[in-house]
Amino acid sequence: MNINLTLLMQAAAFAAFIWFTARFIWPPLMRAVDTRQKQIADGLAAGEQGKKELASAEKRIADMLTNAKSKAAEIVATGDKFRSETMDAAKTEAKAEADRIIAAAKAEIQQEVARAKEQLRNQVADLAVAGATKILQREVDAKAHADLLAAIRTQL
Amino acid sequence: MAASYESSTEYIQHHLTFLAQPVAEGGFWTVHLDTLLTTVVLGMLAFGFLWLVTRKATTGVPSRKQAFVELAVDFVQNQVKDVYTGTSKIVAPIALTTFVLVLFMNAMDFLPVDIMAWIYEHVLRQEHWRAVPTADVNTTFALALSVFALMIFYSIKVKGLGGWVHELFCSPFGSNPLLWPFNLLFNAVEYLSKPLSHSLRLYGNMYAGEIIFLLIALWATTGLVGTFAGVVLNLGWAIFHVLIVVLQAYIFMMLTVVYIAMAHEHH
Repeated sequence: MNINLTLLMQAAAFAAFIWFTARFIWPPLMRAVDTRQKQIADGLAAGEQGKKELASAEKRIADMLTNAKSKAAEIVATGDKFRSETMDAAKTEAKAEADRIIAAAKAEIQQEVARAKEQLRNQVADLAVAGATKILQREVDAKAHADLLAAIRTQL
Repeated sequence: MAASYESSTEYIQHHLTFLAQPVAEGGFWTVHLDTLLTTVVLGMLAFGFLWLVTRKATTGVPSRKQAFVELAVDFVQNQVKDVYTGTSKIVAPIALTTFVLVLFMNAMDFLPVDIMAWIYEHVLRQEHWRAVPTADVNTTFALALSVFALMIFYSIKVKGLGGWVHELFCSPFGSNPLLWPFNLLFNAVEYLSKPLSHSLRLYGNMYAGEIIFLLIALWATTGLVGTFAGVVLNLGWAIFHVLIVVLQAYIFMMLTVVYIAMAHEHH
């Protein structure tokens, strides 16, 4: 155990190695490690972000689907309503038309009946006049008895 | 190998002799060339490797080498983070340097003692060569005293010179002037014990490990049974030594960080 100059030279060598490590080895290596650490952290964060985005997109899709479904149901309901309304309207209209036609037909029939009655009445009056003429053996002056004839016609 | 020595004592003494090179008039002015050269070469290999990996470091997917280096660096940094809460950016590199350097110096203990002795003798043409720098008390003291200097430096940097001196005199017992000598004594013991225990723990472990390897090698020369037992024991001790080598490097690093962290604390 003899202490000598070796001690100082070893100390100098130690100092030199410390300097070398601190200058050339430690900083670049730490830089590389830190950069990679950051990259990994960023990657993980990006993955997490992607996951979150996927979840929110899925939620949005579900919402949209629900929305679309309710809208479709609404449209179907509206269509149903419209159809039933249209049908009701058409039914009412048709009924009215039918009523109208029936009424018109009835009126026409009435008219026809009236006309036939008139005709018949005239013919009966004529027949009556002709009968009377035959009975009286002479011509009935239509003009002289016009009032009488008209009265008969109305009585028929 | 040991057969060429006069006695086992000589064998061990031979293996424990440094390659000492007097610089001036000897005495203190002597350099253990083996210790110094091994340290420098190991440091250049270890930190050169780290540097090469660092130069090619990518922020993307790392290569196997880079992943390994990052693992080691991350390990050191986590240890430092747990202990050191200060702001200095250099503490973690100091810890890394300490850990890597001490680990490699300790690991020299794995090299088989007598094969290496043959290489030193016939390749390097050196009669004396000790391979484990941490089994040289100069190395461990150099490291511990460097850490000690850093401790003083950070103490003064964080608390100011006045604050540090005040702490030397007024803590831990109190600021009463009558207590000043006791405080100073207490702090002196504390400051002295730190580098001593720091360096001698590592030195003792590695030195003892080396000696046990030598003793096992000695036994291996005493006939067939000894050779067989020596091989088994050497393997066992080497495997156990893996633990010691790494553990001592780790302890040395942790103490370095703890001492520097303690220097930041106000009392």
